[in-house]
Amino acid sequence: MSKPRLATVWLAGCSGCHMSFLDLDEWLLELAQAVELVYSPIADVKDFPENVDVTLVEGAVANADNLELLHQVRERSKFVVSFGDCAVHGNVSAMRNPLGDPGELVAEAYRDAVTQLHGQLPDPERGVVPALLPRVLAAHEVVHIDAFMPGCPPSAERIRTAVEAILSGDSPELAPELRRFG
Amino acid sequence: MAGVTLMIDGVEVEAPAGESIMQAARRAGINVPGLCQLDGVSVVGACRLCMVEVAGTPRPRPACATTVADAMDVHTDTKELREHRRVLLQMLFAEGQHICAVCVANGACELQTLAAEVGVDHVHFTPPAARLSMDLSHERFGYDPSRCVLCTRCVRACAEVEGAYTWGVAGRGREAHLVADLGQPWGEATSCTSCGKCVSVCPVGALFEKGTSVGERRVERALVSSLTARRQRESAREVLK
Repeated sequence: MSKPRLATVWLAGCSGCHMSFLDLDEWLLELAQAVELVYSPIADVKDFPENVDVTLVEGAVANADNLELLHQVRERSKFVVSFGDCAVHGNVSAMRNPLGDPGELVAEAYRDAVTQLHGQLPDPERGVVPALLPRVLAAHEVVHIDAFMPGCPPSAERIRTAVEAILSGDSPELAPELRRFG
Repeated sequence: MAGVTLMIDGVEVEAPAGESIMQAARRAGINVPGLCQLDGVSVVGACRLCMVEVAGTPRPRPACATTVADAMDVHTDTKELREHRRVLLQMLFAEGQHICAVCVANGACELQTLAAEVGVDHVHFTPPAARLSMDLSHERFGYDPSRCVLCTRCVRACAEVEGAYTWGVAGRGREAHLVADLGQPWGEATSCTSCGKCVSVCPVGALFEKGTSVGERRVERALVSSLTARRQRESAREVLK
């Protein structure tokens, strides 16, 4: 039997969840034996591949790129996990939502802030900076999510427990002490 | 005092007449989830998280506000009740801006703990678009209405234990919010004694001590309960004299 194909993606988040993933230390060696890591910010793969078994999604959906990638993830993965509070409910990434128009936020960050000496708005024609969505979304507001792993970030223990359960086909529902937000 | 015998989750429990189902259950080691209930202040039954099923009654009843009766058959943890609590908690989350990662109460928050216990690992409802502005006019404390769950523990502790009657609730439904005195900024509320009891009983991070940062809130929520218990013991002693 071939190894399960695992992917992790990084949408709008701080990468803290992936840092916590790396905190699994020597268990990562075991995981590397057990799965094939086919896409991840820690692997140099350009395009999200087909036929993925499990994908961990870190981060909320804040811009057009996030949206496109998450749809791709859903189409090409059997089991999708909201990995950490930003994917689960927006968290810090969604703190801009109450501030309203993202256009004003971009102008403030790129052009108007006092620290911007030669500020200019990103050129939408060049497509370097993806357009912000009107509202930052949790992953389950965009696509169906099969399991949720709260935490900011989820601890290494929590990640291991969830990933082990998912890979062995057990219920991915975490115990109360392992499913706290924050 | 006359006692009654009832069944809670299949366990026979003896309780003094007049006790609430919640109190009786706790003595029997059965924890009924709750948010607004606080030992030492009056019962309001506002949060509806402690709803339990009582055989022979058509609707669930709040365990904190329902008195025990002889031969009562109570169930605190059915499939329906668990689902009801999950929906209620999600609504509480969606009513405000509850971002544990940046909250002063992270790790010491009863809403956060309840979500984990009851099994809310994501929220189906969309939070409100606007964030309400904080009241930071008080010298020592702050109030963030976006984190308030309107349990009214602070209102009751302020009135019943401190006797200051500073806090009240104004508005209805989604507009409901805390007001100090007649709606002036907290710092200008002349009735406030700055005792901090409201802050100590807040189950979330809505009332907080200024200068405390993320996860730094370590309040003694039993303060008000132990004060009341001590007062009751004192007055019982007075009566005996």
